Amino acid sequence: MAAKPKLYYFRGRGRMESIRWLLAAAGVEFEEEFLEKREQYEKLDKDGRLLFGQVPLVEMDGMMLTQTRAILNYLAAKYNLYGKDLKERVRIDMYVDGTLDLMMMIVLTPFKSPEEKEESLALIMKKAKNRYFTVFEKILKDHGQDFLVGNKFSWADVQLLEAILMVEELNASVLSDFPLLKAFKTRISNIPTIKKFLQPGSQRKPPPDQHYADVVRHVLQF
Amino acid sequence: EEFLETREQLQRLQNGNHLLFQQVPMVEIDGMKLVQTRSILHYIAEKHHLFGSDLKEKTLIDMYVEGTLDLLEMIIMHPFLKPDDQQKEVVNMTQKAVIRYFPVFEKILRDHGQNFLVGNQLSLADVILLQTILALEEKVPNILSVFPYLQEYSVKISNVPTIKRFLEPGSKKKPPPDDTYVRTVYTIFAP
Repeated sequence: MAAKPKLYYFRGRGRMESIRWLLAAAGVEFEEEFLEKREQYEKLDKDGRLLFGQVPLVEMDGMMLTQTRAILNYLAAKYNLYGKDLKERVRIDMYVDGTLDLMMMIVLTPFKSPEEKEESLALIMKKAKNRYFTVFEKILKDHGQDFLVGNKFSWADVQLLEAILMVEELNASVLSDFPLLKAFKTRISNIPTIKKFLQPGSQRKPPPDQHYADVVRHVLQF
Repeated sequence: EEFLETREQLQRLQNGNHLLFQQVPMVEIDGMKLVQTRSILHYIAEKHHLFGSDLKEKTLIDMYVEGTLDLLEMIIMHPFLKPDDQQKEVVNMTQKAVIRYFPVFEKILRDHGQNFLVGNQLSLADVILLQTILALEEKVPNILSVFPYLQEYSVKISNVPTIKRFLEPGSKKKPPPDDTYVRTVYTIFAP
């Protein structure tokens, strides 16, 4: 039996959270090693496990995978969440690239100064509503299906749910003008693997706090 | 190619719903309007067999491309930095290239002794790496000086016939960004 994937990252969301979501959605159990001290990170690097000296790192299937998108692409392909052909795949890719852009804005906010943070949050809300949620609402409206692509659960659905929940943490009423996204959120949240991940005690990580930002700064020395 | 020169052109594309997230690049291909650089690159690579022969090779290519794109992104953003920050950023880019990225690719080439990064055939990883090397060399001509395998690699990939043609004058390869380019981008996106 193959060993479980092992994730190496900080004890928090950052760039690893989308990977946790996708593994969870696919029903794949995984282990985690949390970076808390610089020495741990330096050892990983010295041991040659970090291709470009960076985390996230996921060890699975005999490979040391780094680069968030490369890891996500691999998981989506392996667990059949990447559409049935190239045309579906590229649509999933576009939707996922968009939501990743939005989530990256949120990931970077803990590291900003208080003034920058406020500006950043305002921009995130604006982009979330005008640039992203409007588009996904229209996609759902146009095809009337339960899932974003190909009438089948895919990585795009996982990412969009993750993004919706992250933005709702910043502003609970963000979906007030998006009835189809509200229904989508409920529907995807009720998929058994996702439902399990949304329950307390799962490996889903909480929003970043000051402690998290401090640990990351200490380990990566910036 | 259709070149954006005015804000009105961008707005027409946005208002006509041609840009999924209101952004460019956008590539019209096979009846689709593709956006998001990575998605476009993946589509073309997959369609034209530049993405390896199985999932493991594809993933390796993906990892190399993602790393290289991080470096290339610094080059792309460079002309939009304040003039005072630009020289500092060249130093920063050079350090990242020479400490984080090039040693990795040098080792990969040295270890397998093949002409291409993955699977002994041309892939997206080679194309993006060559693009990045050439762009960096425009700013720092001797940037490959301590990387003999990358030097040889750069010549070999440049001589792949389709690439050789693209590197010749008169091709669609674009020149380094100048003031006109920067001004145009600002006019369109931040008037």
